[in-house]
Amino acid sequence: MPADRNFKIVTRLFGVENSNRLEVAARHGNYSRLPTAFAMTPAAIIDEVKKSNLRGRGGAGFPTGMKWGFIPKGAETVYLVCNADESEPGTCKDREMIFWDPHLLIEGMILSSYALGCRHAYIYIRGEMIREVAVLQRAVDEAYAKGYLGAEHRTAAGPFKMDLTVHRGAGAYICGEETSLLNSLEGKRGWPRLKPPFPAVKGLFGKPTIVNNVETLMNVPFIVENGGQRFAELGTPRSGGTRTLCMSGHLNKPGVYELPMGIPLREVINDICGGVPGNKRVKAVIPGGSSMPPLDESELDIPMEFDALMNDARIKPVEYKPGHLFELAPGKPLRTMAGSGGVVVMDEDTDIVAVCARIMRFYAHESCGQCTPCREGTGWLARVCTRLANLQGQPGDVELLGSISYGIAGNTICPLGEAAAWPMMGFLTKFRADFEAKLRLSKYQPGQVSPVAHYGAHP
Amino acid sequence: MALEFSPQAEQRIAEICRHYPNTQAACLPVLHVAQDEFGYISTEVVDLVAARLKLTSAHVYGVATFYTMYHREPCGKRVLMMCTNVSCMLRGGYETLHKLEQQLGIKAGETTKDGEFTLIEEECLAACADAPAMICGERYFLRLTPDKVDDALAECKKLPAAHGAGHGHAHSPNPSKKH
Repeated sequence: MPADRNFKIVTRLFGVENSNRLEVAARHGNYSRLPTAFAMTPAAIIDEVKKSNLRGRGGAGFPTGMKWGFIPKGAETVYLVCNADESEPGTCKDREMIFWDPHLLIEGMILSSYALGCRHAYIYIRGEMIREVAVLQRAVDEAYAKGYLGAEHRTAAGPFKMDLTVHRGAGAYICGEETSLLNSLEGKRGWPRLKPPFPAVKGLFGKPTIVNNVETLMNVPFIVENGGQRFAELGTPRSGGTRTLCMSGHLNKPGVYELPMGIPLREVINDICGGVPGNKRVKAVIPGGSSMPPLDESELDIPMEFDALMNDARIKPVEYKPGHLFELAPGKPLRTMAGSGGVVVMDEDTDIVAVCARIMRFYAHESCGQCTPCREGTGWLARVCTRLANLQGQPGDVELLGSISYGIAGNTICPLGEAAAWPMMGFLTKFRADFEAKLRLSKYQPGQVSPVAHYGAHP
Repeated sequence: MALEFSPQAEQRIAEICRHYPNTQAACLPVLHVAQDEFGYISTEVVDLVAARLKLTSAHVYGVATFYTMYHREPCGKRVLMMCTNVSCMLRGGYETLHKLEQQLGIKAGETTKDGEFTLIEEECLAACADAPAMICGERYFLRLTPDKVDDALAECKKLPAAHGAGHGHAHSPNPSKKH
């Protein structure tokens, strides 16, 4: 039976007093799944996770069970790393989950480590989350004191004992990308690695490694307790479980809501979040963190689910210039994606070009500098968008934004390049008139040299 | 006089190193310890961390300058991180930032003359549903509209200083109510 609006797995303890203390969390059932899991074989747990259709909640939506299956058979040392480097603009679920229910995450990591044969797991948490680092470290200390961590468990696969370390980042969006995160965890600059080899084969300290998002791991105890089948039934045919959406922007009731997978966006905005202040119309919605192409008002009936957001024909495909589709693969145009669940709603009075300029400035700031198309391109996007927003645009700027984006996408080691190029092309596709209007109002005079031009002209 | 870690910091570093198969992996956490201890990561601190972890200074310098939270210059006792990214921007994050600048008499990125505050225009703090958001150490200021800035600053002054006398996490956070 699909989940209804009140069905909660990962946000169950939100708002419960002292829920991040072990004793309270245990009263609500946390750690009760350990005996169930330890009576199963690791392979049986992986099978349940495969059956559950659990898909990664960090952004890519990759099937978790399949990822786990990539660990080479007989690997001696395996690492599990929880990606808690939540920094995608518009996304605020993992931080809340760690604050309210860190013990569910720890339980999920114990179960997952057992399934994967991992004896030392890490949580890479974002440096800015100073309060959550403290909450999480205290929870880990409590779990050690109780013997859930650091002590031997008797299991169907023999004795099992694991350690868990909280590792704090230091301010770098790029470290949310898994290979960059691994480099950062190894004490290096957060530069993404080339893939292959994939982390499941050669990851942390050169060993097979699984990197999973906070929310992904917090779903594992439910799957162990109720079976993969039950979890799968809660969702849509290819995405199991619930979907946590971070609703922000122009809404009467912004918040973090755990909702049925596939709930239509319009319903979330109007019923769950109380609509837009002042009864204004929606102009644009970012459906999955600022890296994703936006939707416009006519596209709000789309189910909030991984496949629908990628494939639903009601979503206008993204163009890199008018009449030219941007394709992810031959015949497969880019529409948008569910991403991290960060939904940003903008009302009809929003200055789209200014918003876009702010987003591009973010990516320019966060580009790690390794690949030229991203390092230079994101800077260009930020500068050209900003001068348009400031009514200092020059003829050709709108086309320039499209061509720079096209030059970045697909030409970089990691997806940060796309994270800037996709939304840029998306905004241009759906709100081109806004950009052109800025250009018309710009006080450009022939012969005038903009500061940006000193960097050399874009082809 | 050559820079040294205090015995307390040495203890923290030894504890950190137990968690990793090599000393390089301790680089980020030890830089955090160093910043707590010395307030910022000067070139001397880079050398100290490098020597302590048996890494090259070039490596530690590369790391210290890659991540935004390591300060390369002295900063205020309290660091205010005000988000202006998209969700906060839509709900007046810039108005709040400007009010902060006005009240502190500095621009974002600067430190007040009395060394009390450093103001940073921060990227998304993952508090989008409660935008505009600012953090000062462990304390979140949510839905921080310009009219609440004076109260927020007064409260920040009462918070423990971010560095100097061994930072530590004295305050223990409990979710008694929503934030």
